[in-house]
Amino acid sequence: MSRQANRGTESKKMSSELFTLTYGALVTQLCKDYENDEDVNKQLDKMGYNIGVRLIEDFLARSNVGRCHDFRETADVIAKVAFKMYLGITPSITNWSPAGDEFSLILENNPLVDFVELPDNHSSLIYSNLLCGVLRGALEMVQMAVEAKFVQDTLKGDSVTEIRMRFIRRIEDNLPAGEE
Amino acid sequence: MADEALFLLLHNEMVSGVYKSAEQGEVENGRCITKLENMGFRVGQGLIERFTKDTARFKDELDIMKFICKDFWTTVFKKQIDNLRTNHQGIYVLQDNKFRLLTQMSSGKQYLEHASKYLAFTCGLIRGGLSNLGIKSIVTAEVSSMPACKFQVMIQKL
Repeated sequence: MSRQANRGTESKKMSSELFTLTYGALVTQLCKDYENDEDVNKQLDKMGYNIGVRLIEDFLARSNVGRCHDFRETADVIAKVAFKMYLGITPSITNWSPAGDEFSLILENNPLVDFVELPDNHSSLIYSNLLCGVLRGALEMVQMAVEAKFVQDTLKGDSVTEIRMRFIRRIEDNLPAGEE
Repeated sequence: MADEALFLLLHNEMVSGVYKSAEQGEVENGRCITKLENMGFRVGQGLIERFTKDTARFKDELDIMKFICKDFWTTVFKKQIDNLRTNHQGIYVLQDNKFRLLTQMSSGKQYLEHASKYLAFTCGLIRGGLSNLGIKSIVTAEVSSMPACKFQVMIQKL
């Protein structure tokens, strides 16, 4: 009986390792294809954006979360529901700006970098930049234009990984041309 | 914990990313497939190492193939291979009637010509897994009607 239980948690861990390893292979391939780190960062952000615009639908279908009334609620949902659902971690929310339009997500451990070390010649590579793109893409689909960027990264020697999220504006629905 | 949806989306993005940066033409198509297959190979190697850390030694080749069909496939794709056939001379055919990476694409003949792009990574995955278990192989895939597909594994005797 206990062997069965072991298998269950093991397979959960394995599927998260599948994602981690696949992401690693992707970043490695991108580093080979593009000569400089800036291009890789841009490409990761773009890919993340494409994933985000689709992931939000999956998220809303699974989580049954209603519309968020303000940015604080959005932050809570991102950290406590979304990150938990997809990456199995719950980042903490800190450093709210006085206007309430910027906050930081602190990730104690980032599952994407589980087996990763950054070599010296890639010091400006933002390894987990896909996450920024995902956040940006997903929130754009719920009418929020945001900017997400890494300000601390355990791969670069910091103690935690910190993503700074900034609310830019609410995206109004554009009526198709010709309709009033 | 990383959801299946996340892996699926990442995989599709990888395929489209690899093809976007390539030009048209047969040669380029082959190169893209190779790139994807190599990525799958590295992942397969790593995955099988983590997965078989505590399992018992495999009795023979067939035992390894059964492991791939049952435990490995279940971990990666949440289901087992539906059918395993072999000629007992080094050729195995793994049939999956509802391949997870193709179910969202079509059920039938639509988009058949694009299916091979989405199978390359998985072929590499199998090849990488076998490689780290000491088996050198060539893995190809064929689809006649989505989402069912067949992976053919040819063991290379050294």
